[in-house]
Amino acid sequence: MDSLLQFLFSGLTVGAVYALVALGFTIIYNASDVVNFAQGEFVMLGGMITVFAHEAGIPLPLAALLAVVLTAAIGVALNKLAIEPARGAPVVSIIIITIGASIFIRGASQLIFDKQLHRLPSFSGDAPIRIGGATILPQSLWVIGGALIVFVALWLFFTRTLTGKAVLATANNRLAAQLVGINTRAIMTLSFALSAAIGALAGVLATPITLVSYDVGVALALKGFAAAMLGGMGNPKGALVGGLLLGLFEALTAGYLSSQYKEAVAFIVILAVLFAMPQGLFGAKSTERV
Amino acid sequence: MTLLHIEGLGINFGGLKAVDNVSFAAAAGQVTSVIGPNGAGKTTLFNMISGVYTPGSGRVALDGDNVTGIHPSQLARRGLSRTFQNLQIFQDMSVLDNALAGFHLSERGSVWGDMLSLPAARRRARDARDGAMKLLKRVRLDDLASEVAGNLSYGQLKRLEIARALGVGPRVLLLDEPAAGCNAVETEEIDTLIAELAASGIAVLLVEHDMKLVMRISHHVVVLDHGQMIAEGDPESVSQNPEVIKAYLGTEAVDNVAG
Repeated sequence: MDSLLQFLFSGLTVGAVYALVALGFTIIYNASDVVNFAQGEFVMLGGMITVFAHEAGIPLPLAALLAVVLTAAIGVALNKLAIEPARGAPVVSIIIITIGASIFIRGASQLIFDKQLHRLPSFSGDAPIRIGGATILPQSLWVIGGALIVFVALWLFFTRTLTGKAVLATANNRLAAQLVGINTRAIMTLSFALSAAIGALAGVLATPITLVSYDVGVALALKGFAAAMLGGMGNPKGALVGGLLLGLFEALTAGYLSSQYKEAVAFIVILAVLFAMPQGLFGAKSTERV
Repeated sequence: MTLLHIEGLGINFGGLKAVDNVSFAAAAGQVTSVIGPNGAGKTTLFNMISGVYTPGSGRVALDGDNVTGIHPSQLARRGLSRTFQNLQIFQDMSVLDNALAGFHLSERGSVWGDMLSLPAARRRARDARDGAMKLLKRVRLDDLASEVAGNLSYGQLKRLEIARALGVGPRVLLLDEPAAGCNAVETEEIDTLIAELAASGIAVLLVEHDMKLVMRISHHVVVLDHGQMIAEGDPESVSQNPEVIKAYLGTEAVDNVAG
């Protein structure tokens, strides 16, 4: 029983990181129908920039803020330099561009930073908190709390604000959105900035637990993608639930089967979702009008 | 008062002159119709005026300001709105949300105010909702407000698109074949609606194939053929213009009319 609780805690922690990556996917997907496979690199950049800024003597909160802002700027640059020039290209081509961008960002980080594993000090100490026979690290609570706050903020953003609705309108019909006065180019820029910022935040929160190096982005992007697919692409609620579920699956597999199989879980989830319910748990059934 | 000035507008697609040197003006409170056989360049002309295509030559002026080739979202801000022959509807949204989208520019509020649902934000959202419902009533779609737009019939979507375009509060409204695919009753409703819109002071620019409708409600008619403007004037004189009859019916018909 105690071990189950322990697996649940670690599953929720990892799941919250996946949820944050999946939430980043959600925004860009909502604005453009594009799955941005560079999303994992945003997480890596968030962690790496914070580590190097902190080592350079900048206080941790400031270093984290710097990382989020810089990563958001890199997200905007990605949109302006790689995505916007390809406007009008099929969605698949743009997805491939994002894969190329992710390889580029990874390579550049390897040169600019280094190839070592880095860690950050925990935000509120390393003393484990005991809950019912199991323990949880304070940093885990930061990660889970961060995922919940970002989720609520995004939910309100998409359902209540004009800008959020403009993002949805842009995805639904770009020309129609322009006709009612929505500046669709600014909306795209905003989506990339927001997505990158959320990715960076995930990196900042998770680095004290998971460590960071230039190549952590690939696995995170795949896991986040699996989470978003499981929950239903484009739905913030789906991203949160999908992320947490995937984390729990992984933790339980590692705990009760073998940690060797842990990595396979995400891929089994992707396959199962694609076979059984391509729209995911909360995704809208897509209907093509003929 | 002329609101929209078109001067020497033209565009080439490859070697094809889709529209060549077209000039006319549209006045507030009047219906100006653009007619012509299929492929005459009417929709291309509309696409240039509304910023969807950038004109190869010529000039579009809105209320004296040069607006040639500026982005559709900017034109919406300046009070030019349009509908499409092949519909540009938010298919996944409800009918009401489609109409509400038309109010995007008039709704202004801070992101934080909206997220926290402050009273001012709620009031503004309610006002926009009331406005959208009024427009839906005007195009007789109010009973379908909560339906998903994708489920509507073609004729209903045409009316929904007009409602959304009206939400922008246009001074110039471009309607591309609003009556296409509508039955006789629906056509008559659209007829009445367009006349009302013009009477309210909007400069209505109309592309339409239903000649009866055009002749009944237009104040001014512009005729295109093969991208060229071949005639212009009031409906009466245009319908008797031999060039126009030739474009629509061929030369023999003109000979018969003349003989």
